[in-house]
Amino acid sequence: MRFALIGQPNCGKSTLFNQVAGYRAETGNFAGTTVTFTETKVRVLGDVVELVDLPGTYTLLATNPAERVVLDYLIEKPVDAIINVVDATHLVQGLTLTLELMELGRPIVLVINMMDEAKRQGLKLDGEALSQLLGIPVMPMIATRGQGIREAFAQTWHMARKSTIPTPPAYRDEIEQAILALKSEIDKTEFPVSRRAIGIKLLEGDPTLTDQVGRKVPAIKNLVQTQWDSLCHQSSVQAVWLIASERQKLARELTEKVTTQEKMRLTLRDRLDDYLLHPFWGYVFLLAILALFFYGVYGFGSWLEAPLLNFFNNLDATVLNALHSNGLLAQVISGAIQGISGGLAIVLPYLLPFLIGLGFLEDIGYLTRIAFLMDSLMHRIGLHGKAIVPFILGYGCNVPAIMSTRIMEDKRDRFLSAALSTMIPCAARLAVIFGLVAFYVGPWAALGIYLYNIFVIALTGKIITHFLPEDSPGLILEMPVYRLPTLKTVTAKAWFRIREFIFEAWPVLIIGSIVLAVMNFYSVTDYINTALQPFNWLLGLPKQVGTPLVFGIFRKELSMIMLAQAFGTTNYAAVMTTQQMIVFTVFVVFYIPCFATMISIRNELGSKAMWAITGLTVLVATLAALLVRVVFLIV
Amino acid sequence: MNLLEVNNGNWVRVLGVAGGIEMERRLAQLGFLPGNKVRIIRSAPFHGPLLLDVEGREIVLGRGVAIKVIVEYLS
Repeated sequence: MRFALIGQPNCGKSTLFNQVAGYRAETGNFAGTTVTFTETKVRVLGDVVELVDLPGTYTLLATNPAERVVLDYLIEKPVDAIINVVDATHLVQGLTLTLELMELGRPIVLVINMMDEAKRQGLKLDGEALSQLLGIPVMPMIATRGQGIREAFAQTWHMARKSTIPTPPAYRDEIEQAILALKSEIDKTEFPVSRRAIGIKLLEGDPTLTDQVGRKVPAIKNLVQTQWDSLCHQSSVQAVWLIASERQKLARELTEKVTTQEKMRLTLRDRLDDYLLHPFWGYVFLLAILALFFYGVYGFGSWLEAPLLNFFNNLDATVLNALHSNGLLAQVISGAIQGISGGLAIVLPYLLPFLIGLGFLEDIGYLTRIAFLMDSLMHRIGLHGKAIVPFILGYGCNVPAIMSTRIMEDKRDRFLSAALSTMIPCAARLAVIFGLVAFYVGPWAALGIYLYNIFVIALTGKIITHFLPEDSPGLILEMPVYRLPTLKTVTAKAWFRIREFIFEAWPVLIIGSIVLAVMNFYSVTDYINTALQPFNWLLGLPKQVGTPLVFGIFRKELSMIMLAQAFGTTNYAAVMTTQQMIVFTVFVVFYIPCFATMISIRNELGSKAMWAITGLTVLVATLAALLVRVVFLIV
Repeated sequence: MNLLEVNNGNWVRVLGVAGGIEMERRLAQLGFLPGNKVRIIRSAPFHGPLLLDVEGREIVLGRGVAIKVIVEYLS
């Protein structure tokens, strides 16, 4: 059996999914497209059920690639039941999607989530009445606390077993006539959803479906056009609006019948935006929050880095002494120790507080506030506030940042925000910035690199915009209410990301370090270093950084951790000057997005975009590092 | 009249959206449908976006989008 989780963005659908999947979700690519959805297997009443978490979508109108995947999934893959998650505090909007889903002719269970939030707002909801009016089961839920999940899945299992098809909502006569007029032609096609749903989607002008049906029934385009003309003639608005208005009218009537609103008291949470979005104080708070975040990460990380590095350096020296040799075995062991120490002493101390902090900001709802505050600034670099999401995710890892560009409707916006967000120093580069610059030069220098990075990104955006003019109308975004994240969701999310480092990146770091040790032993690195010599000469870097930079393409941390192997010590201050450390770090921050990011760009935007962005980053990295060197020479 | 011409705190009613079918589809799903009520809660400084109350939900619209939403004052 297969259940699909569908709901509007931010309705708590992913929270529900993670509650049942326990962050063990695997992602799969969808036929032909690159947009991923998440699948997992769950046990319901003794059966193993495949559960699909589809991207959040307001309607099935598919106005951006992330929403497209929902409709494509439904019309291509048969699902045995739909679990429709609705935010109790936004029932009217939620029910418009429910009504649309009921048209599909699949068994459906309506889950009303965030019952605790509704209660806080003084909203009373009669689930039983709603269930009777809609003719489908309605289940209350508080997904963050795991309440109501078992019951909802059991109910869905029963609906799927009995294959109970809901009665689709009836619309006003002219719409019904238009659907009827298309019916005989649509009967010639095969879809796992109802003919009625296909007819409505055609009337709404869905481009993909129009093409699909058109291939079988060429006459369909003209037929739809005729119906549009007659609908437009009768009610003077477009068919899309007419149908959307009908659903909204029904949803509103339903909501009025089943909810009662008690007088609510305004709490601090409701007035928080008066401060956090204030034209002046909003920016003060933004800077304060980001500064606190930065120093929190630095404070925690450097507190751990020093003793851990000491320990590993001693260990390294002891082992080399004990072996009494500079032979291959000693080099390999030393390389392995440096790889292990790089992960444990330099990367994890910063990664851990960073990911917990980022998860907290994501869950509390502050990211959208940043988008609101920064929109006008983003316009200066040719983007709008929505691009702040890939930018901020980019500080964690560039791969989800690239994927998140799907929320942007415009292709040009997607390319530009992908190109710029690859230059955002991700957690791997954070390790280089903190482990090398903050640790040896000082936190101010590290902060300086972050600010310089933003400046260079802005400048690059401005220059690209000169060649690719901004033509998108701008920001369209829903502002979520503040929610207090639970400890469980934040730590689970952080662990999910840290696990990726420990099990995928760290082994690569250790192996890379050993490989470099062997290459050093046989002097292979000399050839690579010599090949890159002109380049290092230009930037004034020591000859040995050549090979680490090449390895850094696989994992950005490698570029620093392998420095230890290349120089034969982890005391970088002894082998590099302050200027060299800063120039090196600036170059590492900008040059070639790591291998995983390149693949992700290719998947999302195509090979051409991948090579264009890769070339661009090398150019930007060289110029940015050169500029720093020149500044050092002058000062 | 479009949304940019409305002062903060005022209620207006949506009449339509200019700017093509794609824009209509995008805005329709966030509640910008003819007859719906909208209030401007606040606007960001430096020609920043508007924060709107659309049928109980808070929606952010950039100025380039807001100018395309045709509205009238509630009488």
